[in-house]
Amino acid sequence: MESEARTNVQGASGAPARPAFDQDPRPLPRTVSLGGPVLGAGGTVSGMLADLRRSESDLRRFLHGLPGVDQVGAEARAASLGTRSIKTSAKRWALEMAVSMVDLTTLEGADTPGKVLSLCAKARRPDPSDPSVPPVAAVCIYPDLVPVAKRALTGSSVKVASVATAFPSGRASLAVKLADVRDAVAGGADEVDMVIDRGAFLSGRYGLVLEQVQAVKEECGEAHLKVILETGELATYDNVRRASYLAMLGGANFIKTSTGKVSPAATLPVALVMLEAVRDFAELTGALIGVKVAGGIRSAKDAIKYLVIVNETVGEAWLDPSMFRFGASGLLNDLLRQRSKQLSGSYAGSEDFSIE
Amino acid sequence: MSEHEHANNSEDAAVSDLKDESAGIGETSGHPVAGERPEQVFEYARAPESRSVVHLRSSYGLFIDGAFVEPVDAKSYKTENPATEEVLAEIAAAGVEDVDRAVQAAGRAQKMVWGPMPGAERAKYLFRIARIMQERSRELAVLESLDNGKPIRESRDVDVPLAAAHFFYYAGWADKLDYAGFGPNPAPIGVAGQVIPWNFPLMMAAWKLAPALAAGNTCVLKPASTTPLSALLLAEIIQQADLPPGVVNVITGAGSLAGAALVAHPGVDKVAFTGSTEVGKDLQRALAGTGKHLTLELGGKAANIVFEDAPLDQAIEGIVNGIFFNQGEVCCAGSRLLVQESIADIVVERLKRRLATLRVGDPLDKNTDLGAINNPAQLDKIRELAAAGEAEGAIRWSPSCTLPSKGYWFAPTVFTNVSPAHRIAQEEIFGPVLSVLTFRTPEEAVAKANNTVYGLSAGVWTEKGSRILWMAGQLRAGVVWANSFNRFDPTSPFGGYRESGFGREGGRQGLGAYLDV
Repeated sequence: MESEARTNVQGASGAPARPAFDQDPRPLPRTVSLGGPVLGAGGTVSGMLADLRRSESDLRRFLHGLPGVDQVGAEARAASLGTRSIKTSAKRWALEMAVSMVDLTTLEGADTPGKVLSLCAKARRPDPSDPSVPPVAAVCIYPDLVPVAKRALTGSSVKVASVATAFPSGRASLAVKLADVRDAVAGGADEVDMVIDRGAFLSGRYGLVLEQVQAVKEECGEAHLKVILETGELATYDNVRRASYLAMLGGANFIKTSTGKVSPAATLPVALVMLEAVRDFAELTGALIGVKVAGGIRSAKDAIKYLVIVNETVGEAWLDPSMFRFGASGLLNDLLRQRSKQLSGSYAGSEDFSIE
Repeated sequence: MSEHEHANNSEDAAVSDLKDESAGIGETSGHPVAGERPEQVFEYARAPESRSVVHLRSSYGLFIDGAFVEPVDAKSYKTENPATEEVLAEIAAAGVEDVDRAVQAAGRAQKMVWGPMPGAERAKYLFRIARIMQERSRELAVLESLDNGKPIRESRDVDVPLAAAHFFYYAGWADKLDYAGFGPNPAPIGVAGQVIPWNFPLMMAAWKLAPALAAGNTCVLKPASTTPLSALLLAEIIQQADLPPGVVNVITGAGSLAGAALVAHPGVDKVAFTGSTEVGKDLQRALAGTGKHLTLELGGKAANIVFEDAPLDQAIEGIVNGIFFNQGEVCCAGSRLLVQESIADIVVERLKRRLATLRVGDPLDKNTDLGAINNPAQLDKIRELAAAGEAEGAIRWSPSCTLPSKGYWFAPTVFTNVSPAHRIAQEEIFGPVLSVLTFRTPEEAVAKANNTVYGLSAGVWTEKGSRILWMAGQLRAGVVWANSFNRFDPTSPFGGYRESGFGREGGRQGLGAYLDV
């Protein structure tokens, strides 16, 4: 892309400081730029939005003015971070951190209240034999089961996350998507995992994608919004970076890789590109956006690789369940198993941990 | 942020509390810290690779005619671990007579056994050596890191696999020399005297030996005096592979004595040297008129050119990989960063943020990114040039890092405000020191990149394919990397222009250096 395609999106000083995020936008001390578009220091998300929403072409110029991602280089960097050797005290720390970051997930047509109840029990106390294991971050379920989970998790720190917006394809009218969100929020969901309209994105209708995210955010009210990019359908890292910005501009609290229904789901390089996007967005606007990797992460070893990438890309502010999540189910028991190996020195059998 | 720390709790190495003193990355610390629990810092525990896989002998002889022998005058010297100054072993110091024995053995083996042997048979030996190198890769990697000071991550993931890959690649050529583009029945040159440097001891040995052997030559290899151990282990592997005696000989000792005697020996038909330009010039003078074949791979002062439309995050990685790979002790290191003025500030700022996450310390720790400088003489040279940079008015920056008290260490260093006239922009530093210069137009980038006596390598970072091709045509460098740096492959020829030497190693072209063509 040509660097002359620049958009000057100075954080409009006249724009009202509308708190679009749960975290206050925190202005940074000096001008930063992404190498592509130059943005004013201390710009806010709302200020950026006000400028970018003037026209579809402004938005397009902004997204296509972001620095490109070289596929070979991004994959090499992710692979190189994957060779970090996390042992002993660092491993134990990472395993426990990973447990507390799990969004324990069931998203099947066959889900029942019984299944969700057992998921919630596992979420509250992942290892009944060891109360020092922290609870997971959230359970992630379909909207109709939200009330069941909400009741089961009363009094615990575990959040209820619900997918919505015609998950996983997102192929429905905005009215239907919003009704889906309304349903989840009314049932008591603390977090809503929406999907972007990949069809709109791939056909270049970025404004439509942005509007839908904004509308869903509005509908969420107090609930946190996670925006699923479905990176497996976006195909290129450039697209992943652009979609990340769209989601963040639209009001996402989290950007999330995948639904888990499309292969490939989360990968290390995709996570790297998304973490770079949230890092740069924080520099531009001061807003801290979380990242959730979902789908295909089954082993503790893989989870630790993600934590290394978080650590060396965005740093300790993101090493917290409020800023980084794993969407998974089977992963939890492997984390517990590796943790008990760390403590006892020998591996427990697969039947020593409860299934959810 | 990741620059906050990577305290390495080893006793000998730490990059601790990397708060940056410059304005460059100050703003990143403006990130609010979400975690309230202070113990949340992800501190990597020590993850040392075990030394037990290596069986160091107290002393090593010379490998001549298939056996380890004592030097005639029984002289020896010590090789040490540059990270700790611990003595690793006594190494034989070859004299003129030992060199003569080795060259004679190589001459006999070339005429009687290796030269007449069908290429398909030679290939079997080379494949066998490659496979044993893979089998003993951990041993080779640990030994290389011990003797050289490079991080185990690099010796394990780069040096050893590439060395084995060179043997595999040239093994495939041994029976196909007729198709290498040099006409039918190309003949070997004879005995090759090969003198290699200390920065990639094993890899350089493989780059020299594999094509020479595939083409039917026999070799006398002289590893650098400070890093003989991996070449001696390779000699053991060669014994294990049952290579006929005399086909490969390894003589250790000082370059000024053993190396000089080797290249001057009348029984040597071909000299291949990788090392400093200074020694290369002497060599060329000494060999003039002797009829010996010569290839030289010498110094470099590569430009790594970053355009404003570069893939920025990957370019930062490429800059880091370009100059901090192997502590910058790389002849093709991207030691001059040429960055387009429009993005110079942000590139430098992001580079500094990234450098603060580099982990400097124990080479055997699997999480170490930057190891020790190989020898005290080299450390002095780096220090001298860095001091010259400051004296000439460039601005010096390093992430705050605690270097071990023993051993030879130099913190990663970036110089900004560098002018092309400064010594640090002209002279090869051969250490973890980057000089940042700026340019405004592609023409200016080319002019600055070519403004050097060297011409080994260059890097171009842009998303514009046509510009990459245009730049590659304009840059006077043997290798031009596009959107990458310091990538090596046995199929790709490597070598220089001008004071970076001549001749190519790797690929089909690499065979030309060992065939009488």
